[in-house]
Amino acid sequence: MDEYLILMRLDLLTKEAQPSPEQMQVYMKMYQDWVGGIAAQNKFVGGTGLSTEGKVIKSGQIITDGPFAETKESIAGFITIKAENFEEAADIAKACPILNGPGNSVEVRKIVGVDNTR
Amino acid sequence: MQSPEILPHLFRNEYAKIVSVLCKHIGFERLEIAEEIASETFLTATETWGVKGNPQNPTAWLYAVAKNKAKNYLQRNSVFQNKILPELTKSQSESFEPEIDLSPENIYDSQLRMMFTICHPSISPEAQVGLSLRILCGFGIEEISDAFLTNKETINKRLFRAKEKLREEKIRIELPESEEIEGRLGSVLSTIYLLFNEGYHSISQNKTLRKDLCLEAIRLCSMLVENTVTDKPQVYALLALMCFHTSRFEARQDEKGEQILYQDQDTNLWNYDLIAKGEIFLNKAASGTMLTKYHLEAGIAYWHTQKEDTKEKWENILQLYNRLLQLQYSPIAALNRTYALSKANSKEEAIIEAEKLNLTDNHFYFALLGELYLDIDRSKSEENFRKALSLAKTSHDKSSIQKKIDRLSK
Repeated sequence: MDEYLILMRLDLLTKEAQPSPEQMQVYMKMYQDWVGGIAAQNKFVGGTGLSTEGKVIKSGQIITDGPFAETKESIAGFITIKAENFEEAADIAKACPILNGPGNSVEVRKIVGVDNTR
Repeated sequence: MQSPEILPHLFRNEYAKIVSVLCKHIGFERLEIAEEIASETFLTATETWGVKGNPQNPTAWLYAVAKNKAKNYLQRNSVFQNKILPELTKSQSESFEPEIDLSPENIYDSQLRMMFTICHPSISPEAQVGLSLRILCGFGIEEISDAFLTNKETINKRLFRAKEKLREEKIRIELPESEEIEGRLGSVLSTIYLLFNEGYHSISQNKTLRKDLCLEAIRLCSMLVENTVTDKPQVYALLALMCFHTSRFEARQDEKGEQILYQDQDTNLWNYDLIAKGEIFLNKAASGTMLTKYHLEAGIAYWHTQKEDTKEKWENILQLYNRLLQLQYSPIAALNRTYALSKANSKEEAIIEAEKLNLTDNHFYFALLGELYLDIDRSKSEENFRKALSLAKTSHDKSSIQKKIDRLSK
């Protein structure tokens, strides 16, 4: 088993794209059911959602507010999971409910530890 | 009271108190002597009461005898006389008289300290539970071996080794410093939880004994919430959890000792007093920011005390399981989560999720699938129940699965 990072990106900046509190509740349930399903398979390692505030520090010690966004999408959360291979990790990621929103995306990256000899 | 039943119970409670108080006085290194004095006290009691009848106040009688025996021991013990007593007199008053304090306050304090001594991480959780049963709850070796479904010799050896280890490590009878308390408390709580589960889930046939284990676990946890150093939210959460579970104790078994499933229980047999207590404790657990598995499990247990089969109930249970599994995986939680999913979302969704669990060596896994397929695909349902039957180990599990199959083929 290897560990994979699932990065969730969505639009946190455009005002019109933000969910109402009621919508948010529905989304949270979908998200929790998805993560709960991964955890029920004993494949959840860690990770969480992120608040919408952030600081970005660029080379030269320049600090800007707000999550980093080259496009409209910012990182909304991340989890790490266990999977046999990239294919399985991608399968798990495909079920991430934020993909129901147009423009949103999920990125899967394999985690390379300091000791990768195992 | 002349009834003979009073003795075992009285002995159990008072034995534990006397041992803790004596140990606080003479040190954990002399635990065996404290146990011996307590045992001798009860021997004297049995002999005397058998002839003269029970005294007016049995507890006071026991304490008086225990005090005398302890004093006699201390006076004739040369090590104590020559080495310890001079030290004590130097640091304390001029005329040192070994006074054994059996006031309720000192009993409570001694037992609380003893709890932290016994639940020290240097010994195994199993040994912690065994020692707790013996020293904090006063259970006999036979009762402990019965609860663990093993023999007296094994228990004796286990307890002996654990005591040796604690002595070697020079664990002192005291409450940990406040900065240490969180960590050490974790160990105490998991021992109490294990002790509770030993009673609640044990397959031992002795129902009275099993219930006693549950009540003892509740008593120990109650002692922790009565102290301002140890009355943390996670302690209240564990206490709430145990109250909620124990509230169903009478309803979950029939006369033959067979387990009755949650949905088939007679809710009139639920203990509503314990449920109410559990709710109070759960509210107290909600302070602070710490979220432990005890909080989540207590929340799940709370919703199970709600009779009505509402969508809200199962949605809450599902979300609590979702979070519990992220905190700590266990196959049983995974299966229960999937059952909650079928109730909160749909059976179809639950079947998809269940098949991902792949717990193919677990008969509960196939029993769950059998249950989920019941109204969807009868042949698949039966197929799964048959697999469950072939994996089930106890005769009770087998018979309850067989009943499901019989009902299907009707």
